Amino acid sequence: MAKFQDVGKARRRARQARRTYPFTRPQELGSPEVRHFPVVIAGGGPIGLATAVDLARHGIASVVLEKTNTVSDGSRAICWAKRTLEILDRLGTGEQMLAKGITWNQGYVYFGNDPEPLYTFDLLPDKEQKFPAFINLQQYYAEEYLVEKLAACPDSELRWQNEVVGVENGTQGVRVTARTPEGEYRLDCDYLVAADGCRSPVRTMLDLDFEGRVFEDHFLIADVRMKADFPAIRRFWFDPPFNPGRTSLIHKQADDVWRIDFQMGWHVDREEALKEENVDRMVRAFLGPDIDFEYEWVSLYTFQCRRMQHFVHDRVIFAGDSAHLVSPFGARGANGGLQDVDNLAWKLALVLKGKAPPALLASYDAERIQGADENILNSSRSTDFMTPKSEVSLAFRNATLELARDFPFARRFVNPGRLSVPCVLDGSPLNTPDEDRFTDRQRPGAPCIDAPVRVAGKDMWLLKQLGDRFVGLYFADGAAPKDVPGVEVLTVSSGFAANLQDCKGLVAKHFDAKPGTFYLIRPDQHVAARWRRFDPARVGTALARARGGSNALA
Amino acid sequence: MPGKLRTEPGVADPDAFYARLIELHEGLSQDESNKLNAKIILLLANQVGDDAALQEILEYARNSLKK
Ligand SMILES: Cc1cc2nc3c(=O)[nH]c(=O)nc-3n(C[C@H](O)[C@H](O)[C@H](O)COP(=O)(O)OP(=O)(O)OC[C@H]3O[C@@H](n4cnc5c(N)ncnc54)[C@H](O)[C@@H]3O)c2cc1C
Repeated sequence: MAKFQDVGKARRRARQARRTYPFTRPQELGSPEVRHFPVVIAGGGPIGLATAVDLARHGIASVVLEKTNTVSDGSRAICWAKRTLEILDRLGTGEQMLAKGITWNQGYVYFGNDPEPLYTFDLLPDKEQKFPAFINLQQYYAEEYLVEKLAACPDSELRWQNEVVGVENGTQGVRVTARTPEGEYRLDCDYLVAADGCRSPVRTMLDLDFEGRVFEDHFLIADVRMKADFPAIRRFWFDPPFNPGRTSLIHKQADDVWRIDFQMGWHVDREEALKEENVDRMVRAFLGPDIDFEYEWVSLYTFQCRRMQHFVHDRVIFAGDSAHLVSPFGARGANGGLQDVDNLAWKLALVLKGKAPPALLASYDAERIQGADENILNSSRSTDFMTPKSEVSLAFRNATLELARDFPFARRFVNPGRLSVPCVLDGSPLNTPDEDRFTDRQRPGAPCIDAPVRVAGKDMWLLKQLGDRFVGLYFADGAAPKDVPGVEVLTVSSGFAANLQDCKGLVAKHFDAKPGTFYLIRPDQHVAARWRRFDPARVGTALARARGGSNALA
Repeated sequence: MPGKLRTEPGVADPDAFYARLIELHEGLSQDESNKLNAKIILLLANQVGDDAALQEILEYARNSLKK
């Protein structure tokens, strides 16, 4: 069962050998009783799977309904950003991703037939991080790791070949109809997370739609398996001799698989373009006659930068591609979607446990729309630069590239994709604005930056100590201050006695901390509030605010 | 080359500026676009003022087309 039908004529040589998972007859089939789950998740792609794993960490049972019987059959997402790896590390698959993936930090940008790059960039300004700026790994690995992780969560279920075909949304809950090879059945849930991808049937069932732009261009993606000693960097061409007037990209993935990407223009005949001999011609022009390769996946894409107007609709919440779509040049699709998960799971859990008002979920809408808009803006700009829509924009584009040969300033205007960085949730209703003076970097709304720390004499990473609950970081030598209900306070200092020994002084540096500084950190590792002095009353107020205005403490 | 010319990045948000510049041309005919560009160049020249720098820019731009 192929997940994506558009593999085209080269399919005969493309491999699709991921394992399939068995269908298990759900106990609800044929039973008059309608079972109730706190959360049902439509779609078992990376976003749906990660949502289930994250919810399980918060003790919330869920069931994932996945239409097909396998993971992504093409590589699809290959670039996973540092923040994504940090989120996956919290969920327990970050280290697997890192071990299997290809670490890269550098991008080279070429222009025309000049074998020397126009310029190069380095993605990691902060050293001493657990995770690199990016790794490359086929999407199916990311999904397989999450499937395994989910299997180890006793109260969560993943049901293959269960397709969501009906949704009755209400103010009190949702009734979901699922179709299986052996018949249909229904489930009730408090919330339905729609993670059913860009064509989201759930979105259609609710009569909702996307707003935004579709780019009039096609891109041919050929993932090939070959032994090549090309460097593991992102190499991007404007107007290369092997694809004149257009762009191309090559990037290494795990298992000797390489992504090759060709801009094709708007007026292509899909059938023709995907014919094996035509794909061969493109790939050969790039690789030359001597390299042996096999196809792993071939596809032809048009790109869109669009989103839903709102992600939360009563009891149905959209996440990932169902909610927003970007062109892949910033690698912002799955990376953006995993930030949705990170943002949503703890909120949903607090609401379901009655520890926060349902209004907290409105902040998911606000914060992730902000994130989606940032991703859409950056991806649209990159796509506009690569595919100029008018003669004058083409002239500016080419002038920019030519100037970039000679002048550093012009390199900043060259846009071969602005790669995914986490969204700083400036202006979020959950933030408590600064009263004291601090540097901007770890301002309310920013995700925490990782740093090495020592815990009970052992080398660890800061981010592993944060997350899943509200944490107070208290920069002090003395004892932790009196507890604030609902917050676990950790002391940070250069001394051994602290909960977190700031062995390299980097935590204090990143957080612009002085003795007495106190940070309140959300379960998704974003800063909620910070002060120069610890004041339990202020922390309590900020905590209530970060929980959507609730006064109900843990 | 550079004598007088500023070649290090000077625009704070290059992506935003570039996008605005391109948007400015949206819906214009080729003639209108040319005129728009001409006006922008003259305004920028006046803003720069410095004769030597302007001379360098003109020469550089012209010579670069011959490459
Ligand atoms: C060529 C290409 C390159 C990309 N590169 C990158 C990259 O480098 N980095 C990056 O971050 N992103 C990248 N992306 C984007 C990334 O692949 C997506 O953003 C990501 O897959 C979104 O995950 P998702 O779980 O929201 O949706 P999907 O992965 O589409 O998963 C949706 C799931 O829902 C299931 N489903 C659909 N309908 C139903 C139903 N009715 N009932 C039950 N299940 C249903 C589907 O079978 C599928 O398993 C790329 C995409 C493409 C196409």
